[in-house]
Amino acid sequence: MAVMNIREAILSTLHAEMERDGDILLLGEDVVGGNGTAGGPEAIGGIWGTSTGLWEKFGPNRVIDTPISESAIIGAAAGAALAGKRPVAELMFADFVGVSLDQLWNQMAKFRYMFGGKTKCPAVVRMVYGAGMQTAAQHSQSVYALLTAMPGLKVVLPTTPADAKGLLTEALRGDDPVMFFEHKALYGVKGEVPDGDYRIPFGQARMVREGGDVTVVACGRMVNFAEKAADKLVADGIGVDLIDLRTTSPLDEDAILDSVEQTGRLVVVDESPPRCSLAADIAALVATRAFTSLKAPPEMITGPHAPIPFSRVLERAWLPSPQTIEGAVRRTLAFR
Amino acid sequence: MLQLGHDQLLGAYRRMSTIRAFEERLHDEIKTGEIGGFTHLYSGQEAVAVGICDQLTVEDKIVSTHRGHGHCIAKGCDVKGMMLEIYGRAGGLCKGRGGSMHIADLDVGMLGANGIVGGGAPQAVGAALAAKMDGNGRVGIAFSGDGACNQGTTFEAMNLAVVTKAPAIFVFENNHYSEHTGVEYAVGTANDIASRAEAFGMKVWRANGCDFFDAYAQFRDLLEYVRAGNGPAAIELDTERFYGHFEGDPQRYRGPGELDRIREERDCLKAFRKVVTDAALLTDAEMDAVDKEVGILIDEAVAQARAGADPDPATVADDVYVEYY
Repeated sequence: MAVMNIREAILSTLHAEMERDGDILLLGEDVVGGNGTAGGPEAIGGIWGTSTGLWEKFGPNRVIDTPISESAIIGAAAGAALAGKRPVAELMFADFVGVSLDQLWNQMAKFRYMFGGKTKCPAVVRMVYGAGMQTAAQHSQSVYALLTAMPGLKVVLPTTPADAKGLLTEALRGDDPVMFFEHKALYGVKGEVPDGDYRIPFGQARMVREGGDVTVVACGRMVNFAEKAADKLVADGIGVDLIDLRTTSPLDEDAILDSVEQTGRLVVVDESPPRCSLAADIAALVATRAFTSLKAPPEMITGPHAPIPFSRVLERAWLPSPQTIEGAVRRTLAFR
Repeated sequence: MLQLGHDQLLGAYRRMSTIRAFEERLHDEIKTGEIGGFTHLYSGQEAVAVGICDQLTVEDKIVSTHRGHGHCIAKGCDVKGMMLEIYGRAGGLCKGRGGSMHIADLDVGMLGANGIVGGGAPQAVGAALAAKMDGNGRVGIAFSGDGACNQGTTFEAMNLAVVTKAPAIFVFENNHYSEHTGVEYAVGTANDIASRAEAFGMKVWRANGCDFFDAYAQFRDLLEYVRAGNGPAAIELDTERFYGHFEGDPQRYRGPGELDRIREERDCLKAFRKVVTDAALLTDAEMDAVDKEVGILIDEAVAQARAGADPDPATVADDVYVEYY
């Protein structure tokens, strides 16, 4: 076991997997950084520090700096995957999914099904998401619900360094398009990472803690917030079953339903606006499949139906928080 | 030499000086940690924004980029309102919701800075088509960097403008860096972006973007052509970015002494001062007085922004047309 942060876990996994499999290539904006400048290639080494040293080791055919052209990045990844390679495309910000949506939605996600199951499209799209750093309306969004809703995509959100390694390795060994979400506020989170070959199958949630009174389902940075809330609640003798979904497609329905059948109470936390959200999706799952177990209405803790504002005060008002999660847990317990 | 009057010249100097002082001050203030998010400074490119916007009316529309402060000031946005916005205050031009990357002021024809590279160009065509409907001789202008010239939206916008004969103007500010990557690498036509616009069937101009007088003169010809109903046009201006892509960028891609050299040899404010004093059009004393007034304005703007009230958290979901939960 080595201790490292999520950024290092992603970088070391890319190094290891590219070493292992000569078909893997990486492409994106400034993943090398410095091409065509006096400082030369690798002057930056990726603005997130998740591609440092890859160009030097694997060369310009496998580590490709692209112009600012998100449709072409995603489309080229789709094409390379159809042609038998294993591309990893990086979107500097998940919001840029908006620029490249057709290549994801109408193209990459549809190939296997639309072509009668005869093709594979093993492309991984890594994208940096999330609010909390005042990056405003076009650089803060968590678009996982949008992509989760698209048949033909797998959606992954690691919250620990170990999960980052295990889930990215699984993504790179699979045959289907994977949307891999990296929260910009989680890159520095440290933890132990298993050595050697380590894969986490998709569709297996992580039970972060078992408390038995209320089921809290979260993904991404909201798991971190929910842990803080659970720490506060435990002091009052309230035990939380905290489920980190890890992948929203496929979804570990059993983990959610099994827990709610025990607790009868559900809080879902989602860093998104409420409509057609992951929170709404999971609340619907529980309402339709565990109705008789419920002792209180499901609580959905989301952002408001609004874009993400720049102002520090407004952004804080937009985001779910440990306090709003704690309040929801207490409300659901107080319901009679 | 352009036949610009004393007041026009001094006004142009004032606007360039304001942009420079605004950006240099932000560069310092950001280090205090009071300003959050991403800030992309326009220092070095002032001659482009002012050389162009000084020839526009308030009814002409511009769309800007993530590096938008200069365009905002040149088009007439209130400097104090901008500073409040960058500090995220309730009194900001966008009530603190937009921040540095999303400043807009429709009252002065500034349709918005943009966090998406290439996001603005089609909107400029829309503004141009609106002007064409009204037959009022107004234009829609897209400011784009060398990075945005690689986006599909920019290509689509150029072709749409050509086929609709829209009075759209594509301004390409080539500062040699697409974020952290050199233009020689990222742009297939290297340091010739105008040729792309030309290939779409547009008349193009080229100018030195560090020379106010060249930028002004070339754009004057272009504007006359577009206002006359000849359809869209484009101009590429060779310019310099004095700071990084964003504040905090370590700029390891720069060559040794590069920043000193461009500040020494390619500073549009210094060049302007030399031209107008050599020709005895303005005096150093006049421009020094402007610099001093601008300094006071920026001091006041920062003080007001630092002391400004935050937005009311209860307003977080205002202006979304519909309410839920």
